[in-house]
Amino acid sequence: MSEPQRSRGAACIVVGGGVTGLSAAWWLAREGVDTLVIEAGPIGWAASGRNGGGCSHHHSPLFREEQRLWPLMDELLGYPTEFQPNRIRIALSESQMTLFRRAFDNAAHQGFRTDILDPKQVRELVPLAGENVHGGYFHHFGGHANPHRTVQAYAWALQDQGGRIMQHTCVEGFDRRGSRIAGVVTNRGAFSCDHVVIAAGPATSTLAAQLGITVPLMTARAEMIVTEPLPLMPVGGVDGNGLYGRQTLRGNLAYGGGPHEWVLMADTPPVRPHSTILQGSIARRLSELLPKAGHARVIRSWAGFIENTPDGRPVIDRPPELENLTIATLSSVGFGLSPAAGRAIRDLVVNGACTFADLSIFKLSRFAALEADWRSRQGWLPIGPGASAVA
Amino acid sequence: MSCIDPASVAGKAPPIDLTTDLLIIGAGPAGMSAALTAAGHGVRVMLVDENPIPSRTMAEDVPLHFGGRMAATLSNQNAVLERLVDANPRLLQAMDAGVDVRLGTAVWGLFPQHSTAAWLGGAVAGLADTESVYLVRFKQAIVATGRRDMGLAFAGWQRPGVMGVSAAYRLAITYGALEAKVAVLVGSDTEALHSANALAEAGVRIEAILEQSVHVVGSPQILASLTSRGTRVFTRHVVQEACGDNFGVTSIKIVEVDAEGHHLRERAQMLSCDTLLLGIGAVPTIELVEACGCEVSFLAERGGHVPLIDAWQRTSLPNIYVAGDCAGIWPSKTLSDAVASREGRLAANAALSALNVPAAAVEECPVTPDIPVCDLSANRLSWVRASVLGSSTDPTVCQCEEVTAAEMLSLRPPRYLGWTARTSCQEQHEPPSNPDVVKRLTRAGMGACQGRRCREQIAALIALESKMTLADIPLATYRPPVRPLTLAQLASLPESPAMAPHWDSWFGMPTQWVPFWRVPGAYTVATRNSNEPAGGE
Repeated sequence: MSEPQRSRGAACIVVGGGVTGLSAAWWLAREGVDTLVIEAGPIGWAASGRNGGGCSHHHSPLFREEQRLWPLMDELLGYPTEFQPNRIRIALSESQMTLFRRAFDNAAHQGFRTDILDPKQVRELVPLAGENVHGGYFHHFGGHANPHRTVQAYAWALQDQGGRIMQHTCVEGFDRRGSRIAGVVTNRGAFSCDHVVIAAGPATSTLAAQLGITVPLMTARAEMIVTEPLPLMPVGGVDGNGLYGRQTLRGNLAYGGGPHEWVLMADTPPVRPHSTILQGSIARRLSELLPKAGHARVIRSWAGFIENTPDGRPVIDRPPELENLTIATLSSVGFGLSPAAGRAIRDLVVNGACTFADLSIFKLSRFAALEADWRSRQGWLPIGPGASAVA
Repeated sequence: MSCIDPASVAGKAPPIDLTTDLLIIGAGPAGMSAALTAAGHGVRVMLVDENPIPSRTMAEDVPLHFGGRMAATLSNQNAVLERLVDANPRLLQAMDAGVDVRLGTAVWGLFPQHSTAAWLGGAVAGLADTESVYLVRFKQAIVATGRRDMGLAFAGWQRPGVMGVSAAYRLAITYGALEAKVAVLVGSDTEALHSANALAEAGVRIEAILEQSVHVVGSPQILASLTSRGTRVFTRHVVQEACGDNFGVTSIKIVEVDAEGHHLRERAQMLSCDTLLLGIGAVPTIELVEACGCEVSFLAERGGHVPLIDAWQRTSLPNIYVAGDCAGIWPSKTLSDAVASREGRLAANAALSALNVPAAAVEECPVTPDIPVCDLSANRLSWVRASVLGSSTDPTVCQCEEVTAAEMLSLRPPRYLGWTARTSCQEQHEPPSNPDVVKRLTRAGMGACQGRRCREQIAALIALESKMTLADIPLATYRPPVRPLTLAQLASLPESPAMAPHWDSWFGMPTQWVPFWRVPGAYTVATRNSNEPAGGE
């Protein structure tokens, strides 16, 4: 990655080198927009690189585009994402079967097919499943990809289009001129620009606040585990029983789920997200979901910091207070939607509105009447001494 | 009005019956002296040591690179245990002094309280023995987990018989179960010479010592002891290939190298041996302390990445201490247990004082490392350059995931993806600067041995490529469990009854998964619809 000149700017500066910002930057660069991504750490180091890799978000207005794009991404990017189509969700109880029915209904509403599986069919498709299967769903949509590889694919594809990435560069402020942002000020100099995209995960809120824009966010820590490689199952996108995850193309089982811990942004980096003994509870549910994998050794755990809006839905919006700002947080569900979210952000930057989906539910204005003490009302409080610092 | 998010970890800490005031991990010289120092002061002291290690774990080169050279006698675990206790009379002394001694018990994770990981309400350790996996609450912990050997790739290094010199020492001296007759030592620092000399005294013929540098690096006295037994010394030499069959090494081809590490192919020769002892670098075993958040740094005088400590062996975390080789390795410490013992006493006294025990008057001075005899970074980089990059065969460096140096440095997607670049610009991205990036993209270091055989080599390859020193390369992170545990084992950990009712695959937010065509316009907490099912997907 070539070092930009200190004074050099870009037509569009994307603050945040996670999966959303990199995808947006790549879509912009494909369009011929001179794009610079500024990332405080290494790219994809936070939740973008540490997630289940799922691509099946049937509740989202971006779902159709997510489904259209994923099978094309390796070709479009020129690098492998390890995308694999389809998903099987296993229910171990009647109540799980009922809960998982929602995906069936939501997808059917949009014209996508799901087959209901009996226990025998589940065991045929998922050799690691056991006698405890109640039933399952085979979704003829969705799938999964490798988050690390996808993040890097966006970055390389962006650079192949002439876009630039500055890693380990902290945004310290914005050069605001009236209702326009004229530049981005970093610890490595100032960069002028015509448009700014803030897609900085948990930091989105504090960055937007510097521009007088309120983005209500709270950050949490969540955990995953990964096993040694096992023989590949016919479908790697298998989850259920309160877990999300996949079997990787190498054969590892990578799964997460369960409770999260709300944290204070002030405590997040430099403190790295630590995994805890929650890995035992995840392992317990994974060995119920795939009992024939009980002998597999867990060789690693992960934790990550993830932001959520009060309603858990994304913000992808151009706030009316500024002429040339786009804000994006996917509210903890960003990886799978990234191809579509990046394209939507490109549309917002270039056209002022999304051309392929109605994103009105992602507007910031939905929080206009949000209670000031929403965090404590929702119980989104850190544990321990920090708790009292949160309104 | 305030409440607790029912889908969060708050209030869900598991029941943990076992509690100790001071947990000491490792019963080597440092851990033993810490335990005996702390005993008898009215605090509960628990001393755990993973030896005897299950033979299946050893077969996976965990925690040391045992290279498949374990003798059959290892399968008699009782005899092994008896030998361990006989060899370490201070274990019985500790038991008599009231220390809760647990042998054959590995610590696979330390979970101290962090501001962002506070739900356990205190520090917890994860333990495992052959029977069960369990948790212990502790107030203070002294980590004395010793050392392991830096790996070094060359053609055939995956063969049985290629092993770490500390691993050989452990098998021969601790277990009396090393299957080796004729060995060649690769590397010549004092740590390697000391271990090799002990092996020689235990009856292993040390046929030769290979050193890529022009001089032997370590103690001349120990070298003399070895050469007096007939050991030959080949400076400016590296292994070109370890030859043999499925049962292991039968001979090696060694080759002279020039000052740039190039192989002088006409200067190759064969040596007969059944074992190759990798002794190019003794590495402090910091996986537990690094994984739990202690600040670490590359300190050449301490043998590599070590936790940053004060004069009392205290790490950056208030209740975690290190002592012995995992706090740093240097020749005088290797040659005398007294140094590690002193560190153990310092740590124990500091821990006692943190536990508000009026500690015995302490006259211990802080322990400081020797002045280095060579540039540790340059030495290890030269080894990797001459052995790995100098080889014409591009040997596999990460054995678990079968990744070569060239694949690592070009960040090539794994071979099983069958990817080929479409354009030349796709081959020309900037080289990696972080081992974790190499790991994520090539899978190097991601395997079942948890990177123990390749991580120092990967750092060295990155440093060589970018013309930096080892101190400039970030340490690839360690993550629990630092010992492989099966899903079934981990699943047996205790869980709060409060965990299951609100368990959800994601944040358990009713509003997050409402399909977009049913989402109301404005959002407030008071008017949110909580009747939707909470389950995430």
